[in-house]
Amino acid sequence: MTTISPPPAEVLEARKSLTQGQLPPWAQWSMVSACLVVGLLIGLTTGFSTALALVLGAVAALVVVPAVSWGVEGVRRAKDRLATLLVTLAFVLALLPLLSLLSTVVDRGRHRFDWKFLTDDMNRVVGEGGGAYHAIIGTLEITAAATIISVPIGVMCAVYLVEYGRGWLARSITLLVDVMTGIPSIVAGLFAFAFFSIFFGSGIRFGIGGAVALSLLMIPVVVRSVEEMLKLVPNELREASYALGVAKWLTVIRVVLRTAAAGIATGVTIAIARVIGETAPLLVIAGMATRTNYDLFDGRMTTLPVYIFNSNANPGARAEFGLERAWAAALTLVLIVLLLNLIARVISRVFALPTR
Amino acid sequence: MTQPAANSGSPSSGSPPGASQGGSSVTEPPNKYVRKKRSPVRLGDRIFSGAAVGAGILILVALAAVAVFLLIEGLPAFTADPSDLPGDQNFWSFVGPLLFGTVFAAVIALLIATPLSIGIALFISHYAPRRLAQGLGYLIDLLAAIPSVVYGLWGIFFLAPHAVPVFRWLEKYLGWLPFFDGPTSATGRTMLTAGLVLAVMILPIMTAVNREVFLQTPRLQEEASLALGATRYEMIRMTVLPFAQSGIVSSSMLGLGRALGETLAVAMVLSATDVVSFDVISSTNSSTIAANIALDFPESSGIRLNALIASGLVLFAVTFFVNYVARAIVNRRREFSGANA
Repeated sequence: MTTISPPPAEVLEARKSLTQGQLPPWAQWSMVSACLVVGLLIGLTTGFSTALALVLGAVAALVVVPAVSWGVEGVRRAKDRLATLLVTLAFVLALLPLLSLLSTVVDRGRHRFDWKFLTDDMNRVVGEGGGAYHAIIGTLEITAAATIISVPIGVMCAVYLVEYGRGWLARSITLLVDVMTGIPSIVAGLFAFAFFSIFFGSGIRFGIGGAVALSLLMIPVVVRSVEEMLKLVPNELREASYALGVAKWLTVIRVVLRTAAAGIATGVTIAIARVIGETAPLLVIAGMATRTNYDLFDGRMTTLPVYIFNSNANPGARAEFGLERAWAAALTLVLIVLLLNLIARVISRVFALPTR
Repeated sequence: MTQPAANSGSPSSGSPPGASQGGSSVTEPPNKYVRKKRSPVRLGDRIFSGAAVGAGILILVALAAVAVFLLIEGLPAFTADPSDLPGDQNFWSFVGPLLFGTVFAAVIALLIATPLSIGIALFISHYAPRRLAQGLGYLIDLLAAIPSVVYGLWGIFFLAPHAVPVFRWLEKYLGWLPFFDGPTSATGRTMLTAGLVLAVMILPIMTAVNREVFLQTPRLQEEASLALGATRYEMIRMTVLPFAQSGIVSSSMLGLGRALGETLAVAMVLSATDVVSFDVISSTNSSTIAANIALDFPESSGIRLNALIASGLVLFAVTFFVNYVARAIVNRRREFSGANA
């Protein structure tokens, strides 16, 4: 017969509080901010650069928090806290380039971001002045042409994959669409160049070639996003339409595509935002011009990305003006891209399918 | 996906689509429902499905056309006389250093981006407050929206100058490693800078795939390990990461594919020469295939143009292979993940 002896005194003492042996919830983040503030103060007083001081503060936090936690809570909690800090740090690290990039572009681009920049081209401009009107026109026309080519093909391909596709053909198309999203943009440009130079002779440069190259990059993006949207359309809607005797093609057009219209618009906008910043294929096939060219089918056409690239590579005799134009064009391009992304979000938010 | 058959069973299946809209069909004589013969597939259906299949096949044709036209235009370079090619050498010794540079820059980018993207994806999927998670995801996606030429400008004028002190430090204290042999480039436009810019550019796609995979972890397994007293880190190490292994591999390969093909950022940031060098902080760096094409194309003609196109074909083959393997892994996963979800 064994007797159950009462637990020793120190164990009873330890059981007094459930939260004993734990750091309070605010401890972790206050330690982190303390480390950062101390690092910043040391940096300001000793004349280190602020960035370096913050880095040192962050490293100190990575050491202090797990050390304190190890002392109070034991090794498992300490590891957990270290992991939390590292993961958060990874996220912050990823935001740094975004913030730095946006602030640099705004800071350097605002000097020349004016009405003259948006309405002048570069014809006979050597030093000061000049603008990106021709590049903006080129960007809009080529992107619009690429959109006109890729949206019908992309939407029909997505319709095939969702509504008709069976068997090996659908499977291989799905896989190859995914692979196509990874085609290097310069390869698309080279393809357009090789293709058109066979028909029109070597050295061909025109806008529509750029549109073909861009649509090669755009189609897979459109297919992917439209496919996702079509899959979201409830099957009951299709069945209801079939039950009323509506033909399949009419069902797809008037029920499925119409239900998914907002999602499709979002996907197309995202796809446009993706290709509008492409430089490499246009450098190869659309070339570079200083005058405004409205004709997609004849002559070289400048686009904003190529304009940026060229203003940086050949800034002209007085380099500072060329660089100012490059940054102003970068600001224009970033604004266009962000605006397109914003429009896409708004469309998907406002016209979203009602969720039941 | 279930597929309701439109043309079987229903009495009105043979009638034109307009007939079903009128409510008056009830009053019509019953012999309307007596089918004379099996109706052919409706013309509209045939055209529409034909167009859909055609669009699908066009994708295959387009991919094949890329390979074929690059081959046609690039073929002369493979057999060309070395004296006509850039640097007076045969095609393979022309493309060799470029291929090395391409892979080297991409590997640097991958080494930086893989741990970061896993961390970011974990932060969004398992650490950030639920309500914020989606917004934070958008923020990371914005990185993908920035055009590569803007990354190039940023790399030259912001990152490179700020990286020089770090490079000097690396040369001083880690100079015994062949990678940091130096002498440090004064402009900072080195292989490591290009790799950093590439890493930032491939972060969004890698994070997106990783996040997707992490969120697919069976909820029950996560909850079970938490219920057994695991800390959050232990739960992630024991359930999320093992489950996501193949997803992480394929996201890395997708990132690799992007980094291999990225053109403008590298072309602008890297000051390149025709060498093979493992030194990532000096001013002599090998160029990449894509950057070399972008920089040389406008000034090239004749057989040199063919050589550039042929190098583009090599790049296409490499990226196609990498992307194909990555997607094949993802797709195989997708089929199996339903079983244990």
